[in-house]
Amino acid sequence: MSEPVMGFGAPIRLEYNYTPGLASSRYLRSIAQRRIVGQRCPSCKKVYVPPRGTCPTCAVPTEEEVELEHKGTITTFCIVNLPFYKEIEPPYVAASILLDGADIALFHLIQEVPEGRDVTMGMRVEAVWVDDADLAPTLESIKYFRPIDEPDAPYDSYKEHL
Amino acid sequence: MREVGVISFAQAQNVRRESTHNEVEILAPVVREAIEQSGIAKTDIGFTCSGSSDYLAGQPFSFVTALDAVGPWPPIRESHLEMDGAWALYEAWVRLQHGDIDSAVVYAFGKSSLGDIAEIMTLQLDPYYVAPLWPDAIDVAALQARALLDAGTATERDFAQVAARNRKNAMNNPKAQIAGDFNVDNLLTEEYIVSPLRKHACPPITDGAVAVVIATGDLAREKCARPAWITGIDHRIEAHALGARDLTSSPSAKLAAQKAGLNGNVQIAELHAPFAHQEIILKNALDLGESVVINPSGGALAANPVMAAGLARIGEAAQRLIDGDAARAIAHATSGPCLQQNLVCVMEAA
Repeated sequence: MSEPVMGFGAPIRLEYNYTPGLASSRYLRSIAQRRIVGQRCPSCKKVYVPPRGTCPTCAVPTEEEVELEHKGTITTFCIVNLPFYKEIEPPYVAASILLDGADIALFHLIQEVPEGRDVTMGMRVEAVWVDDADLAPTLESIKYFRPIDEPDAPYDSYKEHL
Repeated sequence: MREVGVISFAQAQNVRRESTHNEVEILAPVVREAIEQSGIAKTDIGFTCSGSSDYLAGQPFSFVTALDAVGPWPPIRESHLEMDGAWALYEAWVRLQHGDIDSAVVYAFGKSSLGDIAEIMTLQLDPYYVAPLWPDAIDVAALQARALLDAGTATERDFAQVAARNRKNAMNNPKAQIAGDFNVDNLLTEEYIVSPLRKHACPPITDGAVAVVIATGDLAREKCARPAWITGIDHRIEAHALGARDLTSSPSAKLAAQKAGLNGNVQIAELHAPFAHQEIILKNALDLGESVVINPSGGALAANPVMAAGLARIGEAAQRLIDGDAARAIAHATSGPCLQQNLVCVMEAA
């Protein structure tokens, strides 16, 4: 009897144009100017970053722009032990960071953690940007976040954003 | 069965490429318009059901981010189908039959312009024997059109006449993408895209979104002077393998129409026939007489937002009943290659 066919390759490749939309386009352009811009819901007053143009809770358009601090609080994090990216040597920390003034966390890398210090929930961090020449409309314009010399934020200050 | 009627319909302007707004930004005003027009408060809507495909944007879970357009807080009853929104409307109709809720908003969106939509459609074919050859949506439709010509059921002139009539009808539809008075002889001088299909016999590439509100008995009567009552709705499917089917007929559409109670006595038919020859197959399968006005909106040849074009057929037919232009109509939606799966919705108003 001949060997059964156990599998074959059928490569699939599709290419797409991405449409960020009005709100996210403004956000991406601001990143290229070393600024982080969110949008506030006129109804519930929550500030979204990146903004998508609509409040997901109230379903009303968000138009008011809010410039956010480049500092924030780690709300939760994980330690990555698998080499997903060539550029980053594991283990490293990926964290959910609530920027000061924002109501939704964004995800980024944590680097430059001082020797002997562990990343914790509530840890205060700041953005480290690429050089001016490398600024582009992408969140990669922020290389990573690093711990700053501030006391940890109390749990109550971010518990609604986990 | 509980009485269920369509009471509100809204759609985005159908365009070739919406490069300014993302899906949520297109969808949010359409959902808002449909709900406001229904007269039911957003917080009183009992069920939310949607149809879309993540393959269109190439973005996993894009249907979840689309919920931003609805504002699902406090938590709502919600469901999504990776299908045309017409099937989401079917699910919503079933859900209202449960008896505990009285209204639903159904929406669908499709930005067909983000990738190569004809190639994306290849991925719905048999992954072992067909898809690796990469026949795209137009290639596969051309096989069907060729079979129809070979069977002597229709001619290329018939295809052009279907296209011309739909796009002429679309001149009365301000939301249509392609509308105009086209000369059939001129259309027949176009080059083939894939023989025997010329450009005019193929659907446009469309970005769009649709939303419909349905409600039961007394609520529908309270909110709408003339609800488009759904008297029958059914969907049927045929074999996946193209070679196992007679592509010149549509037994699934015929059976769905029988089960939905279509008995020929309709004034309007909104048929989801993205390719011109498919309207001819459907007209035969549904046994629609010459007096039936087919696609007063222009149909999918005038605007084809993939995943929303079927729901648009239901909305367009319902709107004409609500407006008093007709008393009985059918709407049809299709999914899969070469009319593989078909849904028929019969509606009445008085």
